[in-house]
Amino acid sequence: MAQDHDHDNDHHHHEHGSELSEMQIRVRALESILTEKGYVEPAALDAIIEAYETKIGPRNGARVVAKAWTDPAFRQALLEDATKAIGTLGHASRVGDHLVAVENTPQRHNMVVCTLCSCYPWEMLGLPPVWYKAAPYRSRAVKDPRGVLADFGVTLPQDTEIRVWDSTAETRFLVLPMRPAGTEGWSEQQLAEIVTRDSMIGTGFPKTPGSPS
Amino acid sequence: MNGVHDMGGMDGFGKVEAEPNEPMFHEQWEGRVLALVRAMGAAGAFNIDTSRFYRETLPPDVYLTSSYYKKWLLGLEDLLVDKGYVAPEEMKAGHALKATKAPRRGKFTADQVERIMVRGAFGRPAPAPAKFKAGDRVRAKNIHPLTHTRLPRYVRGHVGTVERDHGCQVFPDSAAMEAGENPQWLYTVVFDAAELWGADADPSVKISIDAFEPYLEMA
Repeated sequence: MAQDHDHDNDHHHHEHGSELSEMQIRVRALESILTEKGYVEPAALDAIIEAYETKIGPRNGARVVAKAWTDPAFRQALLEDATKAIGTLGHASRVGDHLVAVENTPQRHNMVVCTLCSCYPWEMLGLPPVWYKAAPYRSRAVKDPRGVLADFGVTLPQDTEIRVWDSTAETRFLVLPMRPAGTEGWSEQQLAEIVTRDSMIGTGFPKTPGSPS
Repeated sequence: MNGVHDMGGMDGFGKVEAEPNEPMFHEQWEGRVLALVRAMGAAGAFNIDTSRFYRETLPPDVYLTSSYYKKWLLGLEDLLVDKGYVAPEEMKAGHALKATKAPRRGKFTADQVERIMVRGAFGRPAPAPAKFKAGDRVRAKNIHPLTHTRLPRYVRGHVGTVERDHGCQVFPDSAAMEAGENPQWLYTVVFDAAELWGADADPSVKISIDAFEPYLEMA
């Protein structure tokens, strides 16, 4: 591997200028090289960034969760084959073939991690937060999930089973959190608003009615 | 490879610190790196497994001290030079200087963006029947390949139960090394915490991985 061809450079650059400007220059240089070679065009890069900024995000997952809370047949279909079930909502093609929904119950709490890198259901939740990709979460989620949950201020009864899903292949996991009490009669739209990103990773709960958002 | 990227079960990294109202990108260049990686992958310069392997092979100190998108950039630079898409002197100069190997699918243009926002499919026809079925007790093999693998260290040698099969999928260990897709059966295998972490482990905790058939043997 040519893995040392520029890391020395990298250390050298650290001696002057901030990492910010150094990184900016470096990324710009690579973009110039690849554009000049005709491998990419800047407009395509702009469009990719725009797509991530506007088309994906936890609201996609929240919509799915809210639907599952209000429609028992959809909930069943989601747990049986999430890809297929979500297809009926109109963003099937984006989800791909390998989505699995796992349901929290009073007996079992699910939590998702990728210990090896940063696998995450982008199409449902957007790009992962820094903590999800960082060493503390990746190292501890599989060994001390209750400790990790405590870092998020989440405490579960001792006899609740905790199931940690390590995303080691291309399967992506979406946690279906429990519907909070006090939301009887709410519309799907109202419900989607209390579904948090972390509740769909398994490191949090949906917002409870009346709590500050 | 037994790299620092294989973090499951390591101690000493401290608390998980979530950033309130975290932006999608902390710096403008981060989005640019994401886009470059997606675009070059879509142009056919590499598959997702090869790009993961190049991040894993960053020197451990670099891996542990670089931000997420910096790792993506460093891995991308190494990959593009190694595979002959960019010459080392071009990387130094910051400009194209000579003819090099072009990505397989040619230029990635804006009209192709819609296509790459659709997640890829990794399922493939099965070359052989599945060896395992739900309920089987299996041991994760004690293997330590020097190249890319998706079998984390913390399960190796340990016994779990097959919970479901996901059909046959592209085998990352082969694809990462550009040795073909070599499809393999994929299973969710679930382990008791005590099996992985010893008798003092929390009895209420179970951990699962998705394991390709070559990682497993009947227990």
